[in-house]
Amino acid sequence: MFLEQLINGITQGSIYAIVALGYTLVFGVLDIINMAHGEIFMFGSFVGLLAVTKADAPLPVAFLAAIVSAAAMGFLLERVALRPLRTRRGASHLASMISTIGVSILLENVAHKLFGAGNHLFETSFAEIAFHVGPVTIYLVQIVILAISLVLMAGLALWLSRSRSGKALRATAESLETAGLLGVNTNRMITATVVIASAMGGVAGVLVGMAFSYINNQMGLSMGLKGLAIIIFGGMGSVYGAMAGGLLLGLSETFMVAYGSSGYRDAIAFVLIIVILLLKPQGLFGQAPAEARR
Amino acid sequence: MKKRDLRLLSVLTALLFALLFMGAQKAKPAAKPKSEPVHAKIGVVSIITGQGAAYGEAITNGIKMARDEVNAKGEVVVDLKIEDSTGKAEQALSAAQKLINSEKVVAIIGPTLSTEMKVVGPEANASGVPIMGTSNTAAGITQIGKFVFRNSMPETQAIPASIGAAVKKYKLKKVALLYGNDDVFTKSGFDTMKAVTEKAGLKILTIEEFQKGQADYKAQLTKIASLKPDAVFCSALYNEGGVILSQARKMGIKVPFVGGNGFNSPKVIDIAKDAADGLIVATPWFGERNDPKVKAFVSKYEKAYGKKPDQFAAQAYDAYYIMTNAIKAAGKADRAKLRDTLAATKNFQGVLGKFSFDAERDVVMAPNVLIVKGGKFTIFH
Repeated sequence: MFLEQLINGITQGSIYAIVALGYTLVFGVLDIINMAHGEIFMFGSFVGLLAVTKADAPLPVAFLAAIVSAAAMGFLLERVALRPLRTRRGASHLASMISTIGVSILLENVAHKLFGAGNHLFETSFAEIAFHVGPVTIYLVQIVILAISLVLMAGLALWLSRSRSGKALRATAESLETAGLLGVNTNRMITATVVIASAMGGVAGVLVGMAFSYINNQMGLSMGLKGLAIIIFGGMGSVYGAMAGGLLLGLSETFMVAYGSSGYRDAIAFVLIIVILLLKPQGLFGQAPAEARR
Repeated sequence: MKKRDLRLLSVLTALLFALLFMGAQKAKPAAKPKSEPVHAKIGVVSIITGQGAAYGEAITNGIKMARDEVNAKGEVVVDLKIEDSTGKAEQALSAAQKLINSEKVVAIIGPTLSTEMKVVGPEANASGVPIMGTSNTAAGITQIGKFVFRNSMPETQAIPASIGAAVKKYKLKKVALLYGNDDVFTKSGFDTMKAVTEKAGLKILTIEEFQKGQADYKAQLTKIASLKPDAVFCSALYNEGGVILSQARKMGIKVPFVGGNGFNSPKVIDIAKDAADGLIVATPWFGERNDPKVKAFVSKYEKAYGKKPDQFAAQAYDAYYIMTNAIKAAGKADRAKLRDTLAATKNFQGVLGKFSFDAERDVVMAPNVLIVKGGKFTIFH
């Protein structure tokens, strides 16, 4: 049972991590929490489901459809809900967080209208492939999910630290004005960030569907809240923090159920987060306090 | 702006009056039976808007269908007053107060939720108005007072029936319990389940909990699978229940599942598909039962509303008949007299089966124990 629960925990944690990566990317650049991220993730999931069930598309096509639609929603979000507030003088940067909450409510209800309430079966033959190692059953999906989350994390970290556009993005995060003066097209950088983060949400959406075989229009909220907790726990804006935080939360939740009481699943996981934050207030991989950074 | 509103309002009121007048004129020639009919005004409190409106829709559909049938017979002619509770206790209370004090109804059918009844029941009881719940399943409803009735089977009757049948058939010894801990309905179902399990002398291997909207139950189910129970007793709403069944079957848990009231919906099968096979529930309503009364009700309802009647529609339909039979027995629309004739209801034959009130005005009825087989609910033997 230990091995099976370990795999359960890693799968859960990897999905948390991918969702958290999307949050952390946007937070790192814009200093706001994109509250609509969970709902974009949910939409990506539904688009993947429609591609698989209605259009009989193979899985890679479903992924592509989810990525494209989630990215498009990210683009719209930036254009409609974020940029108008950013360019306006005197608008608090919290205002754009509120507008993302508005978008999240809108998306959840649109999904309700389009797809209906309740759980939808997300069935793919790929999700059935399993290996039996002794008494333990491992699904290929579980390995794929871990692999995708690791690749995404490594890719993001590399992109941010090595590539030219990654450097431009970090400069934008440091100071909008300075980056602009130095010739960085800050608006384009911000749009790119939101689009990439949303596309990752789309990936996570399809993965959730494959791993748990059910999706519903409310899952953006619960997954989103977990994602938020993880970026605070892992360190705001830190890519490794999102990954480590996600895995830790997933594993602690699963083992709490396995060896403790399932009623205390969330309680223990969040007590753990509080304890770590008390010991290390900036989070696991958080950077030094703001005054040293700016 | 204000003026326009006022004008609109007056036009609407005029329209309303016109409609009422037309209705009254139309009703007159129809209400001329052999003997003098009993005229009565019955109030209905149900969820018409908001979350849970689907329940209210089924309930009011069932009631309206029964009203049309009974009115056509001409013995008891009822004027229905339907009020919206929106699923909130305080709204249900003000709706009931309006029915009791301004509309002067002789009795109330509803409200939909047990939480609403806990607030509305005492008010109706204090005013001496008979009130009958058609969908309240929590414990302690009719104990509110001697004017409070219900014809919906409480969990404390349904769950022992399903567990008892499963224990007998499969010779269960050790079981695992699983329930949603953040919902009043699934929690109270679980409490009953646990009490019944202990009383039956079964060994409880583990009690696992989950939360509403959870996507992944693998941690709980892996644990349950490793303990090898003879059956799983699960108190969940159909939305979570369907997912649990599907993930459990995929994980190799092939033992029977006994579900609480929340599982009692064809939607479980929509969600879980083949994985729903082996789910056992007890329910007062079984639409496939071989009974001419049930068949007639189902086909008529389907023709009128375009879908099959569910438990809520059936319970409301029967409740209306029970109520109007009692009004007929009372001979006039009198609240106190109606209470007594209502309480005397014995062996009423409705679409749910044979129904009586016990001394505490609660349900005496044998539930149907059903099992899912080949993607359909069938009678469990």
